Amino acid sequence: MIEKKEVQHIANLARLRLSEEEEEAMTQHLGQMITYINKLKELDTTGVPPTVHAVEMPNVWREDTPCSGLSSSEVFQNSPAMQDNFFTVPKVVK
Amino acid sequence: MTEFEIIMGLEVHVQLLTSTKMFCSCSTTFGSPPNSQVCSICLGLPGTLPVVNKKAVELALKVAHALNCQVAEVTKFDRKNYFYPDLPKGYQISQFDQPILHSGHIMIPTPKEDKKIRITRAHMEEDAGKMIHQEGTPYSFIDLNRVGTPLLEIVSAPDIESPDEAYSYLKELKAILEYLEISDCNMQEGSLRCDVNLSIRPKGQKTMGTRTEIKNLNSFNFVRLAASYEAERQKQVVLRGGKIEQGTYLWDENEQKTKLMRSKEDAHDYRYFPEPDLGSFLISKDLQEKIHSQLPELPRIRSKRMQEEYKISEKDCAFLIEQKVVADYFEACLKKFSEPQELLNWMKGQVRTYLNEHDLAMVDFPIPPKNFIELLELLQKKTINRNAAKEIFEQMAKTGKRAKEFSQQKQKITDENELRQICQEVIKAVPQIAEDCRTNPKAMNALVGQLMKRSKGRADVDIARRIFGELIGE
Amino acid sequence: MSIPEYSAVKLKELLETKQISALEIARALLDRIKKHDAEVKSFLYIDEDLLLKEAQASDQRRSQGKVRGILEGIPVALKDNICTKGQRTTCASQILPRFFPPYNAHVVEKIQASGGSILGKTNMDEFAMGSSCENSSFFNTHNPWNLNCIPGGSSGGSAAAVTAGFTPLALGSDTGGSVRQPAGLCGVFGLKPTYGRVSRFGLIAYGSSLDQIGTFSRSARDAALLLEVIAGRDQRDSTSVDQPVSSYQEKLLSSLKGKKIGLPQEYFENLDEEMKASIMAAVEVFRSLGVEVEEVSLPHTQYAVAAYYIIATAEASANLARYDGIHYGYRAEINAQNTKVEDLQEIYHESRAQGFGNEVKRRILLGTYALSSGYYDAYYVKALQVRTLIKRDIEKALEKFDVLLTPTSPVSAFPLGEKIEDPLSMYLCDIYTVTFNLSGNPALSVPCGHDKKDLPVGFQLVGKLFKEEEILAFAHQYEKETLVNTLAPIKKA
Repeated sequence: MIEKKEVQHIANLARLRLSEEEEEAMTQHLGQMITYINKLKELDTTGVPPTVHAVEMPNVWREDTPCSGLSSSEVFQNSPAMQDNFFTVPKVVK
Repeated sequence: MTEFEIIMGLEVHVQLLTSTKMFCSCSTTFGSPPNSQVCSICLGLPGTLPVVNKKAVELALKVAHALNCQVAEVTKFDRKNYFYPDLPKGYQISQFDQPILHSGHIMIPTPKEDKKIRITRAHMEEDAGKMIHQEGTPYSFIDLNRVGTPLLEIVSAPDIESPDEAYSYLKELKAILEYLEISDCNMQEGSLRCDVNLSIRPKGQKTMGTRTEIKNLNSFNFVRLAASYEAERQKQVVLRGGKIEQGTYLWDENEQKTKLMRSKEDAHDYRYFPEPDLGSFLISKDLQEKIHSQLPELPRIRSKRMQEEYKISEKDCAFLIEQKVVADYFEACLKKFSEPQELLNWMKGQVRTYLNEHDLAMVDFPIPPKNFIELLELLQKKTINRNAAKEIFEQMAKTGKRAKEFSQQKQKITDENELRQICQEVIKAVPQIAEDCRTNPKAMNALVGQLMKRSKGRADVDIARRIFGELIGE
Repeated sequence: MSIPEYSAVKLKELLETKQISALEIARALLDRIKKHDAEVKSFLYIDEDLLLKEAQASDQRRSQGKVRGILEGIPVALKDNICTKGQRTTCASQILPRFFPPYNAHVVEKIQASGGSILGKTNMDEFAMGSSCENSSFFNTHNPWNLNCIPGGSSGGSAAAVTAGFTPLALGSDTGGSVRQPAGLCGVFGLKPTYGRVSRFGLIAYGSSLDQIGTFSRSARDAALLLEVIAGRDQRDSTSVDQPVSSYQEKLLSSLKGKKIGLPQEYFENLDEEMKASIMAAVEVFRSLGVEVEEVSLPHTQYAVAAYYIIATAEASANLARYDGIHYGYRAEINAQNTKVEDLQEIYHESRAQGFGNEVKRRILLGTYALSSGYYDAYYVKALQVRTLIKRDIEKALEKFDVLLTPTSPVSAFPLGEKIEDPLSMYLCDIYTVTFNLSGNPALSVPCGHDKKDLPVGFQLVGKLFKEEEILAFAHQYEKETLVNTLAPIKKA
C-alpha cells in the first residue's frame, strides 16, 4: 500500500522526524488507512463537482481600514527565541 | 557555429497599494520598527482566521483592463504549503487554479516595432516576512512586518526573446502599474520583484529547451544582467555537449553570476489545496464596470494625446510618461502656462539635474507647480533673464519660497541712464576691447560679458548693446 | 436537588427569583469538582479566583439591575482548543505547553457579553483528533457512568464534566462527531450546529471546512439557551454565515404533529441489536407524538468515513504546520541522540516530533500524503467529489423529511485502552456522525437510555441547514416524554 521510503518522504515534507520504530508503525498504519480510503475508487465520480465548503458564503471581505496590531510584549509573549524585537533562528545560509 | 535563441517568461510580484494587509487589518507602511505591524492573524496564532481585503481585489481588477486580461467569473484562494521562518502559518495563501485574471497581453517597444507579450495569468497572494542575515552572529533575524502584504503575481507567457525585451517589458509593466496606482513599484523597498524563467534552443528548433529559474531579482538591471549571464552559461553548457539541468538560481550581485540555489531533486512539493477558511468570489459585471469607469488614462494613450495636444515629440513624451508623477506635474503646470516646449526644457534640464544631484524622486520635488509657473512667467515676461531664473530656481528649491521673493534683486536693469553708466565703466576698464569693437564686431560679446559681470547678470542685453554702439561710436 | 443537578435554565430561574446567587453556584460546582474530578479527570485547568470574582461581579450586576444577558451568573466549561485571553490554552498538546492567547474566541466573548463566565478548560484528544480522549498528552478522562470506560472524544472532558454535574453547560468542537459521539457515550445532549452557524474565530483549527463549535447540556432546553448565545455572524470568520438567529427556546414546543422523520436504512444495517432496540423505542415515542416515520436511503453513506479522513487530515496537515517551533510554542533544544539542536531543519523536525503525539503525527502524514504530488486527484479531489454526492443524498432526503434519525455511535462507551492500538477501528466510531460534517447539516445527539452494561445510548437527529430549532424541538418533546437521567452517579463498573 505504501513503501517505507514513501513514508520517509512524506515525513520529510511534513517536517516530522520519525524513529525507526515509528517508521515501521506508521508504514503499517498508513497502509491500512490507504487500503481503506481506496474504497472511494469504486465510485465513478466523472463530472461531479468538488465541494470545498458545505455552506457557500461568496464575496466575504472587509474594508481597507487599518487597526493597531499586537503590542511588542504580546508579539513575543509566546515566542521561544527573540532578540532586539526580532524572532531568531539559528543562522540560515541562503 | 550554431546560433541560439533565448526564450524567457517573467513572473513579476508587485505589492498592492493598500493601507492594510491582504488578510488582516495591520498597516502596510514600509520602514516601521521590526515586528511592530503584526497581529494575531499575520503572526499565524492558533484559532485566527483570514478575511480578504476588498481593496486588494479591486486593485487586481483595475489591472485587468490595462493588461487586456480576462477576469475570472469565480475566483478562490488556495494554500501553498512550505516551511520557512518568514512564513508563520507554514503555508502561504495564494491562488492556484482559479486566478483572478488570465489570458492578457501588453505591447512593448522593440527596435523594429511594437511587440505583443502575452500575460498567462495574474493572481493574488500574501507576501512573506523578511529574514535578516548578519555577519558576526549565529542567528538569522525575522521581521514579520511585511508578512501578509497583498501581492499580485503577474506571469508572462514565454514570449520574451532577449534580456533587452525583458527590460522593456518590465519598464512598460511598471509604467502601467504606477499609472493605475496599483503599486508604487519601489524596487528599493521591494514592492516589485521579479523571477525569470529562461531556456535556450538552437535557432529553428521547435521544441523548448530545459529551463532554469532565476529568483528574487529586485532591479531591472539585474534582470538584464542575470538573463544575459544565464543565457550565455546555458549556451556554453550546450556547446560543450552538456545537458541543461532544471534548477533554481539566484543572482550574485558581487560576483555578477547566477548561482544554483536548488536543483530539481530538491524541488518543493507545495501541496496546493483550496483555502477552507475563505469562500469563493463571484466577480460581477457590475463591479468590473464600476472599476473600469474609474480608470485613469493609460500611458500609451496619454502619450498619444500629449504629443498632439502639446506638439512635443514621442521621445520627449516617453521621458515625461515614464513616471506618472512627472507627467502629472507637467500637465498641472500647463493648466496655467502656455509654452509646453519651454516647460519641457526645464523638466529635462534644471528639474532633472536638481533631482539627480539631491537624489530625490519626483514626488519629493519641493517646488509645487503653482510656484514653478510663477518663475516661468517672470522669464516669459522678461522681468528676469534666463541666468537669473536658474538662480532663483535653486533658491526656491532650497527655501520653499516663491519666485517673487528673489526676483526683486534679480530684476533686469532696463533704465537707460543706469545702463549707460555701467557701460562707461566697462569701456574705461577694458579700453583695448572697446577699441577692437570698431574693427571686429565679435569683440562686442566680450564687452557684454564684462557688463553682465558688473551688473551681476541683471543688465538688459539688448539695450546695453545699443548703448555700447553709441558710446564707441561706430 | 442541589445546585450541580440543576439545569442551566433552572439555575437562571433561581437566580432571577433571588433564591440563590452566582457565587453559590460557583462554589457548589467547585466543591463537586474538587470531590470528584480526581476520578473523572475532565478539567485541565480552572482559575478558581477568577471564577469566584466573576460570580461576585455577576451578583453585583444583578443587584444593581444591570443584568448583561441570558447567561447572567451561569458558568460554562470550554474544551481546551477554544482560546481564552491570557489563559493557558493547550489543545492537550505538548507543542503548546505555555500558549497564552492575546484574544478570546468569539464564543467566549459572546458568553461573557451575555453574563456567563468561564468555569475552566476541559480535556480533549490532542488537537481534537480522536474518539476516546485517550490522545490527550496530559491524562485520560473517565466516563462518569463507568470510570473504567472512555468518555468518547474528542470533546471527552466537556461531555464528562456535564454528565458528572461539574457544570450545567460546556462547549466542544465537532469535526467528525467530536461533540455528538462523547455526548452519546456520556448520555447528555450534544449539538453540532450547521457549519457557519457559530464563528470559529478562536477555535484552534483541525479540519477547517468541517470544524464547528457545539454545545453540551443535560437538557435540550439548555442547548437551545446556549446556542442562542453563541450563534450568529462574526466578521472575523469568513465562513460564518449571515443567517438570522432564531429564538431557539421559544420554538421548543412547536407541534410535531404531521412532521416526518426519515430513518436512513444504511445506519441500521449492522447495528448492535440492543442499541437498535433502544433507538426503535425512541422512534415509537415520536410516533406517539404524531410524527410520521419512514425509511430513507442515503446511498453514499459507506464512503463517508473515507472521504472524511482524507479531507480532515489534508486540512490538518496545513493547519498544524504553524507549530514549527519558530514563532511560538515548543522549540526542541535536544534531539533524539541527546545532542543540541543546531540548525533550522532540525528545529522543525525535532520540535514537531517531540511536541506532537502519535495520532496527530499519523493524521498529518495521511493528510500530507493525500495532497502530495501524484495523489492529489486520486485522493483529495476524489474525496471532495464524494462529499458532493453525500451532500446531495442528504439534501434529497430532507426534501421529503423534516429530520433524519440515526444512532449516534455504533458502540457504547468501551474500556480504556481497548481500541487505542487499532486506529482504524477507532476511526469507525465516527461512522454515523462524519456524514453531517461533510454535508454541514445541524445534528444533535439525544440520550435515550442505557444498555445492559448500564452505559448510555444515544440517537442523532439531523436537520435541514440552519434549522437547529427543528431538531431541538424534536429532542425537547422526546425528553419530556421519557425523562432519561442525564446526571451520572460517578462510579466504577
